Amino acid sequence: MKNAFTIAGKELATYFVQPVAYVVMTVFMLLAGFFFFELLSYFQIVLQMYAAMQNPQVLEHMNLNQRVIEPLLHNMSIVLVILVPAVTMRSFAEEKRTGTYEFLLTAPVRTGEIVAGKFIAAAAFMLIMIGLAAIFPIILVVFGNPEAGVMVAGYLGLALLSLSFVAVGLFTSSVTQNQIIAAITCFGALLLLYVISWPAQTGSSGWVSDLLRYLSITDHFSQMVTGIIDTRDIVYFFSLIFVALFLTQRSVESARWR
Amino acid sequence: MIEVKHLTKHYGNFVAIRDVSFKAERGSILGFLGPNGAGKTTTMRIITGFMPATSGTVLVDGLDIFSQSLEARRKIGYLPESPPLYVDMRVEAYLRFVAKLRGVPRAKLEDALDHALQVCGLKDMRTRICGQLSKGYRQRVGLAQALIHDPPVLVLDEPTIGLDPRQIHEIRGLIKTLSGDRTVVLSTHILPEVSQICDKVVIVADGQVVLEEKLSEIPAGTTLEQVFLEAISKEGHAGGAEAEETLEEVGAGHA
Repeated sequence: MKNAFTIAGKELATYFVQPVAYVVMTVFMLLAGFFFFELLSYFQIVLQMYAAMQNPQVLEHMNLNQRVIEPLLHNMSIVLVILVPAVTMRSFAEEKRTGTYEFLLTAPVRTGEIVAGKFIAAAAFMLIMIGLAAIFPIILVVFGNPEAGVMVAGYLGLALLSLSFVAVGLFTSSVTQNQIIAAITCFGALLLLYVISWPAQTGSSGWVSDLLRYLSITDHFSQMVTGIIDTRDIVYFFSLIFVALFLTQRSVESARWR
Repeated sequence: MIEVKHLTKHYGNFVAIRDVSFKAERGSILGFLGPNGAGKTTTMRIITGFMPATSGTVLVDGLDIFSQSLEARRKIGYLPESPPLYVDMRVEAYLRFVAKLRGVPRAKLEDALDHALQVCGLKDMRTRICGQLSKGYRQRVGLAQALIHDPPVLVLDEPTIGLDPRQIHEIRGLIKTLSGDRTVVLSTHILPEVSQICDKVVIVADGQVVLEEKLSEIPAGTTLEQVFLEAISKEGHAGGAEAEETLEEVGAGHA
């Protein structure tokens, strides 16, 4: 495990030395800030409208969690679908192209440790970024009266979602030496995971739609965004991470197969 | 000590090396010689455990590189064909990273780093960024990463390529002093390099070993060029004209 942390430390440092980390974080925070501002202004307009119409029943149902945080989390998850492939695309592909892969695979390090190291680094990066985005609920807590527990569940969902994305990104990067191919296939896989339950929403029932709903990252994420922490959703995210990392390890290890 | 036993490697239908066997003794420098495309790099990649052989095996200090891969890899310092540098890292950070992964204990890390920088002539380059180094210095950093953990076995793939004549002289001197009780295997297509620093020569052509001989056993009056040309032509791998060409190529190493 020591080797995994050595690799993770080096990888994380590289994210910040190459300006990748700063660019990704800036873009993410700018977009998230824009969504937050928009949602909040819209919330305020709607609030004033109903207040003017003297409609207390509706006013009672208006809350910051549903009107601001929930859509914000969904928007941020879509931004991650686009940004995560850009973060993970280089992890293995670049090493293969520059020849450092030859060093990594001939060093006395297990392939599992290599994969774990790269995952820890990318995961830490994502958590730092999502940590920065915690500024939005903090603003709401300071100036408003949202429900904290629901927001915590939502952010936990976003964190698990980002870690699953990272694991998928590592896998697509491990099968190619071309960073663009790594990014595009990762993007495709993530988007598919995002929309895979759409056929199930047309009202058809049966095991196929159940399966599609289970596979869909959105369905599990939405649960957590509404404040429900269900073990089934947690298990889903952890299984996705595990399967993707296992495939990555196999893919790296396959270089040693006869 | 390295024992290479009957290595064969196929890339699809292409046979890169066929039944390659040789032995590198402890405390000696083995020159792995052959024209371009003869299978030198493939052989070295198999010895270091980077890729598997289709058949055959390699013993590194008695450890099988396939079945006891981790232990065997611990004993090897490897300089690949192109130095495996992380271009965004500073020289010292890179070498620290390599040393940690190769299992240098924390207490000895700084000493190992200083020693590697010293012997490779990189003292003034420690804070430079790897990607901004010249070819010669990249090669030196590559050499430093291969020997930072003081390995009993050194595998160097064309260590003097891209260096200027003075650097070539220095690096050759360095490799000679390194041998001590280590096993060194270096590949090259430059004949004088072999006659200057190696104890033993293995010549490959078209993926097959055509000669394995101690330099001291080459009869007096015969030059390595003659031995080399004879070896690669008698197997029928190179005709007259081709041999001439090869001679010109290896002769270029004299300059």
